[in-house]
Amino acid sequence: MMNSPTILVIDDESQIRKLLEITLDSNGYKTVFASNAKEGILMSANHPPDLIVLDLGLPDDDGQNVLVQLREWFVNPIIILSVKSAESEIVKALDNGANDYLTKPFRTQELLARIRAALRNQSMVTPEPIVTIDAIQIDFSARIVKVNSEIIKLTATEYTLLSLLVKNEGRVLTHQHILKEVWGPSYIDQTQYLRVFIAQLRKKIESDPNRPKYILTESGIGYRFNIS
Amino acid sequence: MKTLIQHIRTKNQYVLSIVSVSIVSLLFLFTREYLDYNVIGYLLLVLVSLLAIFLDIYAVLLAAVLSALAMDFLFIKPYYTLHIETAKDGLLLFLFFIIAMINAVLTFKVRKANQLAHAKEAKLQTMKLYNTLLDSLSHELRTPISTIMGAIGILQEKPKQLSEENSTKLLSEMEKASLRLNHQVENLLNMSRLETGYIQPKMDWCDLKELVYKVLNDLKEELVNHRIIVKIPDYLPLFKLDYGLTEQIVYNLIYNASQYTPQGALIEIGVDYIPDVNFEYEEGKVMTCKITISDDGNGFPEDEIHKVFDKFYRLQHSKTGGTGLGLSIVKGFVEAQNGEVSLENKEDESGAIFTVAFPAVVMQTNSIHNDE
Repeated sequence: MMNSPTILVIDDESQIRKLLEITLDSNGYKTVFASNAKEGILMSANHPPDLIVLDLGLPDDDGQNVLVQLREWFVNPIIILSVKSAESEIVKALDNGANDYLTKPFRTQELLARIRAALRNQSMVTPEPIVTIDAIQIDFSARIVKVNSEIIKLTATEYTLLSLLVKNEGRVLTHQHILKEVWGPSYIDQTQYLRVFIAQLRKKIESDPNRPKYILTESGIGYRFNIS
Repeated sequence: MKTLIQHIRTKNQYVLSIVSVSIVSLLFLFTREYLDYNVIGYLLLVLVSLLAIFLDIYAVLLAAVLSALAMDFLFIKPYYTLHIETAKDGLLLFLFFIIAMINAVLTFKVRKANQLAHAKEAKLQTMKLYNTLLDSLSHELRTPISTIMGAIGILQEKPKQLSEENSTKLLSEMEKASLRLNHQVENLLNMSRLETGYIQPKMDWCDLKELVYKVLNDLKEELVNHRIIVKIPDYLPLFKLDYGLTEQIVYNLIYNASQYTPQGALIEIGVDYIPDVNFEYEEGKVMTCKITISDDGNGFPEDEIHKVFDKFYRLQHSKTGGTGLGLSIVKGFVEAQNGEVSLENKEDESGAIFTVAFPAVVMQTNSIHNDE
């Protein structure tokens, strides 16, 4: 773990800033705040933070524009925190380079979990050869997946899908992103593959495939691998 | 009558007044030697008055002018000229014209007044609807806000006198209240999305089994005291539907069942599909996707059953709480996807069944499973 990471919050609502200040501060993060797009971009350029929490409804610019501008050079995680809950808006933000998206109203525990996951993913420069999550163990070098210490047979596609999800644990991956990574760019609209293979994968790794613990559905957006 | 007027378009109205005045004039052309032209004048006045009932003012004015000309040209001697010989005839024609005009204007005014009265009544109805909304809404919004404010008050004022158990209880009440508040705000936002017509379904392949279980998971707190049965066939294909809208539909229906059935009641959720009679079955063709949510509660009063999907409608003797928005949102979202929703009581009066039916493109997935 890094030495208290710095988080820049760009949000024009002072109530939200205050809430995040207390929440993040008491969880060992350093916090800096900006209340508009201009200030936010300036601050992230002067002292690049470890993570940015960005609101989409800023007074001086559309948050999506800010996101695009930031992503021209800013490589650390950006988490969107917005009242905008339309699927199209969320997918657009993720396409524009946001690592994660949380809609207001939110639970602070949920935000903290997302922040932890984003920082963890960021610090994994060279991925571990063997990753263990609860009862699931993935050996990336040998391409072996174990559930409750028992080797389970996965097809090549299932394995690629699972490792993509695990490598991005805690983060929402859009349907299009997964389809492109696992099946290739020409499959970007073939969501039927994703539906079928997610269901198959759940049958193999979840103890109750109908109430998944690991592979969570983000309605109309994508999937998220969850570590509780 | 109003519809009849709206039915006859402006252009056709002018044609109608020209044709009717011509026909009546021509008919009486053959009787002009036996009938006094005064009588014919009265008959034409009757015609103009009749037209005034059905047509717009300009078409009626046209009929008045035309019939005055016809009187002069065909029935007042000398015939076939607009020349008038006696002062008596001139006065008569003038009076005829004036009466026809007054007729037209008066009828028009009466009709206007009628429309105004209708509009006023419609406005009253809307006002009544809004009052109902405001009553239930202020209850639904203010109750959780009161809970939150009250709890904060106690926590601020006497933090030391509170036992740990009590402050946990207060926090839990605050949480429940904010969830309830959030649910109502969500309903209101969805309603305004529907009202403004801002709903464009994004059709994509949906795994309805996944969707149903996701909703059940989201509602697990509300369903602790209910028994749940899910009946979904293993061979269920994928359906092309809007995931978000369909999720909200299923959510509202199950939420509704959880709120309005007694503790321990059984809620049964079924998904199935039937070939649409209008389409031949073939891979990727349209079928009817059917979602049913039934319970073994008390059912609905038969005389109110057709009103439950109306906006803001709440059952006469239902418990307090609720805005009457949930089911109307269901209806709106179902219709946005060209589907239908219906409600009926079970035949043996042991509960209610909500049925949602969408026409949806289906895809059997066996071909994909083997794709390696």
